[in-house]
Amino acid sequence: MHFSFSVMASEQQLSAIKGSKVLMVGAGGIGCELLKTLALSGFPDIHIIDMDTIEVSNLNRQFLFRQSHVGQSKAKVARDAVLKFRPDINITPYHANVKDPDFNTARRHVNRLCLAAGVPLVESGTTGFLGQVTVHVKGRTECYECQPKPAPKTYPVCTITSTPSKFVHCVVWAKDLLFAKLFGDRNQENDLNVHSKDGSSSSKQAEDVFERQKEENIEQYGKRIYDHVFGYNIELALSNEETWRNRNKPRPIYVKDVFSSELASQNGNLDKSSNGDPPSLSAMASLGLKNPQDLWTLKENSKVFLEALKLFFSKREKEIGNLSFDKDDQLAVEFVTAAANIRASSFGIPLHSLFEAKGIAGNIVHAVATTNAVIAGLIVIEAIKVLQHDIKNYRMTYCLEHPSRKMLLMPVEPFEPNKSCYVCSETPLDLEINTHCSKLRDVVDKIVKAKLGMNFPLIMHGSALLYEVGDDLEEDEVANYAANLEKVLSELPSPVTGGTILTVEDLQQELKCSINIKHREEFDEEKEPDGMILSGWTQPRAAEKNGKTAVDSEVSTSSASEAVPLETEDDDDLQIIPTITGKKRKLSDISNETKNKRKAEELDSKNDVVMLDDENSDMSKKKREQ
Amino acid sequence: MEIVTIWMLLYNTHEEISGTKHLVSWNNHLIPKFLRLKMDDEKLTEQETALYDRQIRVWGVDAQRRLRKSHVLVSGIKGTIVEFCKNIVLAGVGSLTVHDDRMVTEELLSANFLIPPVENVYSGKSIADLCCHSLKDFNPMVHVSVQKGDLLSFDVDFFGKFDVVVVSSCSLSTKISVNEKCRRLSKQVAFYTVDCRGSCGEIFVDLQNYIYSKGKADETVECLLEYLSFEEAISIPWRSLPRGLSKLYLVLRVIEQFEEIQGRTPGEISTADFLNVQKLRKELCQIHLLNESEIPDSLLQRLLAGGARESSPVCAIIGGILGQEVIKAISGKGEPLKNFFLFDAMDGKGIIQDISQVQAPETEFGMGSVERVENIL
Repeated sequence: MHFSFSVMASEQQLSAIKGSKVLMVGAGGIGCELLKTLALSGFPDIHIIDMDTIEVSNLNRQFLFRQSHVGQSKAKVARDAVLKFRPDINITPYHANVKDPDFNTARRHVNRLCLAAGVPLVESGTTGFLGQVTVHVKGRTECYECQPKPAPKTYPVCTITSTPSKFVHCVVWAKDLLFAKLFGDRNQENDLNVHSKDGSSSSKQAEDVFERQKEENIEQYGKRIYDHVFGYNIELALSNEETWRNRNKPRPIYVKDVFSSELASQNGNLDKSSNGDPPSLSAMASLGLKNPQDLWTLKENSKVFLEALKLFFSKREKEIGNLSFDKDDQLAVEFVTAAANIRASSFGIPLHSLFEAKGIAGNIVHAVATTNAVIAGLIVIEAIKVLQHDIKNYRMTYCLEHPSRKMLLMPVEPFEPNKSCYVCSETPLDLEINTHCSKLRDVVDKIVKAKLGMNFPLIMHGSALLYEVGDDLEEDEVANYAANLEKVLSELPSPVTGGTILTVEDLQQELKCSINIKHREEFDEEKEPDGMILSGWTQPRAAEKNGKTAVDSEVSTSSASEAVPLETEDDDDLQIIPTITGKKRKLSDISNETKNKRKAEELDSKNDVVMLDDENSDMSKKKREQ
Repeated sequence: MEIVTIWMLLYNTHEEISGTKHLVSWNNHLIPKFLRLKMDDEKLTEQETALYDRQIRVWGVDAQRRLRKSHVLVSGIKGTIVEFCKNIVLAGVGSLTVHDDRMVTEELLSANFLIPPVENVYSGKSIADLCCHSLKDFNPMVHVSVQKGDLLSFDVDFFGKFDVVVVSSCSLSTKISVNEKCRRLSKQVAFYTVDCRGSCGEIFVDLQNYIYSKGKADETVECLLEYLSFEEAISIPWRSLPRGLSKLYLVLRVIEQFEEIQGRTPGEISTADFLNVQKLRKELCQIHLLNESEIPDSLLQRLLAGGARESSPVCAIIGGILGQEVIKAISGKGEPLKNFFLFDAMDGKGIIQDISQVQAPETEFGMGSVERVENIL
């Protein structure tokens, strides 16, 4: 009897597999492994979506790709590679992404589409040796947004601008302030300049400093910038004696101090370097620095800084004004490494290699093939249960590194849906706001789009429509809504005041929620910079794209495959210690940032299971490629 | 970072097997052989740094350099070994030697993604030849080659060419024999067996005397582990095995024994064998003074029904864990598995089964078994 049971079980499995159609989101680290394992397990119809292209740093684990594929679509190459050993199955690749450009996390988007379509979602992620697989089935288990996600790590602005104490502070300063100031959009707000004692660092004057003067040669300009940010600004900061009462004083660094007598020969170096273009523009290469693992001296960092700046202005002048930091942009990484190290020298912070600085600046997800392979196997096991509706056996599984209780792969029962989840339970949210000062636009931008992640919101007060986005609106409607945006809440045609309940809806995501408005007069500018507080929602990881000092992993790694990073920033701190008994988990999360034009909703409802595992890639790069 | 040289000695305390107390053998003559490879001073090339960037961020440059110098042998190529090979070739070991003279058959391809299922491509070729061909393509920096011949005929010196030996799909006696040969070498060779049977999988690890470094806060502690050979491990009387032992462990021992006695190849079993297997279980349980209910019928039947079939997800999981373990062993970083790893897709648990942590009092390490040893390297 037992015998027949087990054979039947596997036959049932097989027939469930044979009749299935699955969508995979991501063809990266986990994606390659997953596609292979699905194909070997007999899945006949697999759709795979990824907007990424293949890079060299993928090849150590994304085994379906080869050197010769670099630059090509991951989804398409993955399909071709798998068809070689399983020619009889259907794999449909989409070189596209699952969300619109303005949506901040693809995972949330996919979660909502799956909830709307009633398609189960198997979601996963890895970092280093750690990984996790979760099953989300509407009404049965928690949805992806049921649990609050930890906020991205941010640093107080003054730590970054004036009182760094760790190397990461210097990297953030170099990347988000200095790099952005010199090569990015000059009109963007930037806290680069420290304020002098009397707080009079007029931004006007500061702007001029960074502007390259006509007739000023590149080298002069570079040295002037160097002296300004590493010398003058530090002196200025030092004048603020209160700051340094309990801190070590930084040391101003000027070009002349670093190079002293050798200035001439250093010039020679720079001149020589500009002969002959290296294949990819690199200050390291032109200075003869080879190993990215090496620690550079202050002098070497200074040379790299000046050389990189020079190369940007001489060889990549057209991009200046539009650049944003990209971990795959060698020259940008060199510049940021050098600048961070020079600043670190000033503040007595240990220097780091380019390799390390790149990891910090790019929030690079630590990734190995083995964990991805294990996780992919677990996803398929879970997917087969989902196809068989074997609800009581659904598990959330953790792959651990140093397991307590000797459990390396630890299954736990899935969590029940969170009854107060605004996404899957339609629980109302509370918004504290000054209804006499805040405009509807503030609510739309800071809450509805940034926090709730809606692309095409529709806002109603009772039956009165306050705002709507869509292609099919009449002109007068558009004008009406535009006018509403600029009105303060209490002066809207249908006034919004304390006690009002707003209904916010995104038809595309089939997500609707209610917001209880509570009027509040004052907000702390430092702690509550939005001027409003939303409670009852879950924080997505990659939300604060504009947080200038946010070292937020996914904004820059936009990652995904390996992404559902259990944690992406600081590998060493990372411990996921789920306990079986208490069913607690400390999982930070996921996210992944991606950009794309294509939407996946038309795919979802036709699929039996959606597998979300994504890709590890860089957003700013994509911007460039597009 | 401060390096503290305290070696924790985790003893194999099973006197019935070892016959001696290890504390004595340690002091008298047994200077452990260290697997951890000597590093060369060569730095990683630019190409290596670019390719291995993401994993260097996980295990560091030194580990990557050790990997590059390591030589791995695998024998018995089925789904799990294919997964394993993929993992370590991608990771960048120095060389991989694959051994399996069997001609390719449709059945052998069921969980194999290295060989296209096109008959005129594979017919007449050995599975090792075809896999070697595909694996080379995965990472041009790894030397992949084929070894022909009978695994049992290879002598001790042959195994001495490797740092890691992994055997799969072979008989109990072959496993014991290869393990023994690896142990006879003066050089330390890490030995593993791995098998998937249906929805279950097992890894056995023998690192002999093994030192690894463990990062704790700001210091690195070096730890010494002492392993059992495969023969020693499976000879431990079942009653003395640690409590809470995975039932799968005993079921696999019974089936392995059954195949050995019957002269079957691994997995050459079916539910038709159930009665005979039950009989063997009874005998073994009598010898080991164990209640037969410790080896449940249902699990036995499931494994018998599975036969030689492999489940691809289980191969991916077991091959992934094994890959990770071999990388750990070569790099000397991170606590390795000891002695078995068992996975069952039915309950989803992946369990490390340290069977040398027996009830004997001296095993409570941290007390008598912590030794301070200095300058032994």
